[in-house]
Amino acid sequence: MIYSVVGHYSLILGLCIGLILVYFSIQNFRNFNQLDNKILSFSFLQLFFVVVSFLALVISFIISDFSNETVFNNSHTTKPLFYKISGTWGNHEGSLLLWLLVLTLFIFIFLLRTKNQPIKYKILTLVFQQVIIIGFFLFLILTSNPFNYLFPVPNEGLGLNPILQDPALAIHPPILYLGYVGSSIIFSSALAATTLKMVSTNWAIHIKKWVLISWIFLTLGILLGSIWAYYELGWGGFWFWDPVENVSLMPWLALTTLLHCILVLERKETLTSWVIILSIATFTLSMCGTFLVRSGILNSVHTFANDPERGLFILIFLFTLIFLSLLIFFVFHKPSQNNQANFFWLSKETSILINNWFMMYFLSVVLIGTVYPIFLDVISSQKISVGPPFYHKLIIPFLIPFLLMMAIGPKLKWIKSDLKDKIYLFSLLVISVLISFFIVKNFNANVLVNTILISAALYLFFITLRDFFIKKYKNLAQNIAHFGFSLLILSILFNNLFSSEIITNLKVGETYNGSKTKIVFESINQKKQKNYNSIIANFSITNSEGINNNLSPELRIYNQPKITTSEADIKTTLMKDKFIVINLVQNQDYFNVRYQVKPFMLWIWLSVMIISLGGLISLLKKRT
Amino acid sequence: MYGRKVKLRFLFVTLILVTLILTVFLILKSLEENVVYFQSPTEIKTLSELDTNKIRVGGMVKKNSINVNSDEVNFIITDFKNEINVSYSGAVPNLFAEEKGVVAEGFLKDRNFFSATKILAKHDENYMPPEVKKALEEK
Repeated sequence: MIYSVVGHYSLILGLCIGLILVYFSIQNFRNFNQLDNKILSFSFLQLFFVVVSFLALVISFIISDFSNETVFNNSHTTKPLFYKISGTWGNHEGSLLLWLLVLTLFIFIFLLRTKNQPIKYKILTLVFQQVIIIGFFLFLILTSNPFNYLFPVPNEGLGLNPILQDPALAIHPPILYLGYVGSSIIFSSALAATTLKMVSTNWAIHIKKWVLISWIFLTLGILLGSIWAYYELGWGGFWFWDPVENVSLMPWLALTTLLHCILVLERKETLTSWVIILSIATFTLSMCGTFLVRSGILNSVHTFANDPERGLFILIFLFTLIFLSLLIFFVFHKPSQNNQANFFWLSKETSILINNWFMMYFLSVVLIGTVYPIFLDVISSQKISVGPPFYHKLIIPFLIPFLLMMAIGPKLKWIKSDLKDKIYLFSLLVISVLISFFIVKNFNANVLVNTILISAALYLFFITLRDFFIKKYKNLAQNIAHFGFSLLILSILFNNLFSSEIITNLKVGETYNGSKTKIVFESINQKKQKNYNSIIANFSITNSEGINNNLSPELRIYNQPKITTSEADIKTTLMKDKFIVINLVQNQDYFNVRYQVKPFMLWIWLSVMIISLGGLISLLKKRT
Repeated sequence: MYGRKVKLRFLFVTLILVTLILTVFLILKSLEENVVYFQSPTEIKTLSELDTNKIRVGGMVKKNSINVNSDEVNFIITDFKNEINVSYSGAVPNLFAEEKGVVAEGFLKDRNFFSATKILAKHDENYMPPEVKKALEEK
């Protein structure tokens, strides 16, 4: 009870400080000379209040204070402590409070760490950031207050959705939000820089750190979500082109494009319009992500809480932000003309520009696929869904030139270049084509498309691999990231080509005899746990080579809320995953069994980590 | 020199425009081909001609209608007005149960028989696919 009061008033105080900060900033902006110390103190105070408010909510969750509506809706006394804490951000209200926490934290760090930049720029960034922060404060206090009272106080909470009670998903939102919200700093400072006409190489060097930080977190956040979906949802896939997944991919694509633009801008004053537009796009897409996931507008297989009224607020807020930022862009931004002259076709920046267009294309495909169903529902109330074939058909063909450009682009020099090592580049291409042809030939699948795709990915793989040896530490970050990407695409392709699946219904004691695989359903054990009952099934699986595996997937029947989840049993090895999941069909003796052999699953996860490692190295690298 | 520059710029803009138009055309075209429509059993009954594309059918799983054998799961989807038989051989989501909402994706064999390729999971007991909610509200 007391914690809710503290939390609630901290929020209101934080909002007041936001308003005070805007006032001081404007004053300071007029008679600038020095950054007013008051600004720094008030920013700290605001951060402090948000932290207090956040901790109050965490404590309410830990002590199961059911006088708090959010706690009542999302917690339960029998839940393990770890999930009580992670339950804080496993719901709409708490997750928005976390957003706010990261927003205020980042602007404070920004103010502290930004040196050698004009005072005016720092102040203006703060003002733009405060506009976002105030918007979120209002949103939180008015429409989704995490500290609403409940009276009479219930004895027991409703519990957290069991599929969210998982270690990967417990840390997935904070990591993802660090990525999402990190883009708010890029947004604010890009607007400030535009207003002050200082979008230049100097600014690019300064903002690159922030771009890298949010890019790393966003990449890892998506990875965690994907790993979770793989073992928890029981479909054995890692990406379903589900709207909820797409909304995290869109800011990632925008951010990746932005990162490459910044790399160009670091060296040469060009692509400034790209940088500004992409900074705006990344943040608005991140906000859209939160909005679409939390408002329930999306018709998704993993939709959580629904509330359209909240959606309206964010939608208005979002459109105001987009409108204002575009206004600033068109009023203040005058692209410099003098650099157009020395833009040569064969140069690193041209290749980056070409791949930027490809990424924008991928982004628009994902955007249309995600938004079109909502749009159609609003105008004609027709319910449709857009499935994986749409994305595959539109994205895969364009991956081929994209991969080739990723391989050759870094070989070019800045500004003007000619292609060296032509013979060597060409011979590697031939080798890649030959290898992939021999791999694909043995399998019936679509030979032509797969050969070309795999050879493009292999080509990038070989070139980046070779560069590790010849280029030594020069441009290591880029090389690692591109190497990781080639590994990712290769793993996904091989995973797609060579996966096999058996779905059958079995009773205890029965045996499935397939052409290659024999599955024996040996027994089931039941166990009682603190907040669920578990049914563990024991399978003995023999493959064509006579290798025997024992796998024990589990069904968990949670008591509060009463939900059954299936826990897949996965045997992970370097080369392949063996994945089995069971389901009980109501009132029947049959268990629904799904057994999959998925090659290179581990490599999909590893390659994404390698990609983010590239970002990390770039972040730590001292500029020479 | 100036003329050449303008020409180049003109060429560039045209190129971008053509690419843009092509892209939009391509996206919309494949959107049209790959969209999956949602239909309730009643809507299927009143179809003038049978849809050969992949569709989604949603409603409630009828009580005592689930029947499992080693190859497939059979059940009936109802919207309390009309119903349709569904046969499915694949993995069943956790919350698939009688008298609960369900969305099945697959192909129509005829007006009374649906062959599902996928049954969609829902994660929350209180959650009902918006499509199902709508179909049930209209009953």
